[in-house]
Amino acid sequence: MNGAALAIRNLRAGYHGSEALRDVTFSVSRGDYLGICGPNGSGKSTLVKVILGLVTPQSGEISLLGTPRDSFKEWRRIGYLPQGLQFFNPHFPATVDEVIRLGRLSGKSFPRRFGREDTLAVERTMDWMGIGHIRGRMIGELSGGLRQRVLLARALVNEPELLVLDEPTTALDPETRESFYKLIYEMNRERGTTVLLVTHDTATIGKYATHLLYLDKKVIFCGDFDDFCNSSEMTGLFGEHGQHLVCHRH
Amino acid sequence: MNITEMLSFGFMQRALVGGSLIAILCSVLGVFLVLRRLSLIGDGLSHVTFGSVALALLFRLHSFYMTLAIIPLVLASSLGILKLAERARIYGDAAIGIVSALGVATGVMLASMAGGFNIDLFSYLFGNILSISSSELAIAAVLFVIVISGVAIFYNDLFASTFDEELAKTSGIDTGRINAILVLLTALTVVLAMKVVGIMLISALLILPAVTALQLSKGFRTAIISSAFIGVCTVVVGISVSFVMNLPTGATIVLVNFVTFLCAFAARTLLRRR
Repeated sequence: MNGAALAIRNLRAGYHGSEALRDVTFSVSRGDYLGICGPNGSGKSTLVKVILGLVTPQSGEISLLGTPRDSFKEWRRIGYLPQGLQFFNPHFPATVDEVIRLGRLSGKSFPRRFGREDTLAVERTMDWMGIGHIRGRMIGELSGGLRQRVLLARALVNEPELLVLDEPTTALDPETRESFYKLIYEMNRERGTTVLLVTHDTATIGKYATHLLYLDKKVIFCGDFDDFCNSSEMTGLFGEHGQHLVCHRH
Repeated sequence: MNITEMLSFGFMQRALVGGSLIAILCSVLGVFLVLRRLSLIGDGLSHVTFGSVALALLFRLHSFYMTLAIIPLVLASSLGILKLAERARIYGDAAIGIVSALGVATGVMLASMAGGFNIDLFSYLFGNILSISSSELAIAAVLFVIVISGVAIFYNDLFASTFDEELAKTSGIDTGRINAILVLLTALTVVLAMKVVGIMLISALLILPAVTALQLSKGFRTAIISSAFIGVCTVVVGISVSFVMNLPTGATIVLVNFVTFLCAFAARTLLRRR
């Protein structure tokens, strides 16, 4: 389990007595791009929350970047981008610069103070993502696409080894969505960042991911994307046209 | 009466200094509370303060000891609100409502046992900053240092948790502990603010400067600084106007705050139209 970016064994998790995940076992190697998909209520978001420590599992083992999750403290090595902010307030008085800077807190111990190296990291990330020109803008004034880009910058400001994305483009138009995924793909290829992408969109997984995890409370398939395309699981899930719908790499 | 003459009175000097310190605390904490939709926690805790004051009056405590005696009660209640929301699986506003009602009911019961509402209890209900003594000012100064240091030390954690609690957790921030720190600091501030505007109007001092600052602020740090500035200005103007025009101080401070809010709201609307 030590060499993997993420390793999960016999995971069981749920809420208030109901079971969201059972006997989930899989691992992700460093540098992989894993697409996680499955029907509504299949436990995709629960899996993400368990990985990030937001939900306590009922049983099972989780190893993050070689460390058991319960003792994992180096959150700067992990970037997280949710579908949207939990209770986003469009009038929240934070600038783009302030929001991205918040991402640097995960690398700090008490009392968390920002220094010159944090300013430089924020500048570098904004320049790389092409959002330097909006640094002084308020987060609530931005379009959905730009706001997600800023939150992605927040997730990337520590140059994480593992990036977790939970349905990050749900509210975006197709064009913005495409440029967003290209950016993630670039990061995976150029920086070797391990990517975990939760999405309903199997076509996106087909286009960018190297591996696929199909979840329906338990693991239905986990492995190489091309292997999935030739598997009986794929035909069982998507029918005889599945090859064209899911596996056609554009 | 001119300003020099007004400032020559010792009680006015104490009122202005004490009022300004308390205004800074309320305004700074207010920004976090308003953005976290916890504005009414001030109201709930002030009702607990009412019950605690009634208890202290029942034992005929001097006003100096009164503040010290009610602090632990209000601190415990603030944590009670958090625990109730967490353990009883109810929303925060319902937990505030329960603790608030309990505070008022206890206060009324104790006041009744003490022979009914008296002048002392009324002075706590509506505040009387002009009567603040040197020893009370000293307590206010000590609590000011404690609360403002708490905010300064945990500023980034408070900011991150206020922006998005889930994201803050994934940054390794113990949001449960930060929430507890915020309500404890608020509880201390509420006890202090009761002297300025009274139990009935404390939430106004926590909410109004913050929402006024949020109308025009361009950034989180500027919102905090603007809120503190607005809080101090409105308290100083409120105390001065009430003294000159012989009006109730707490109510005057709240009305000055409301007028300031209206001006900021109008300015924002005009700026948006341009």
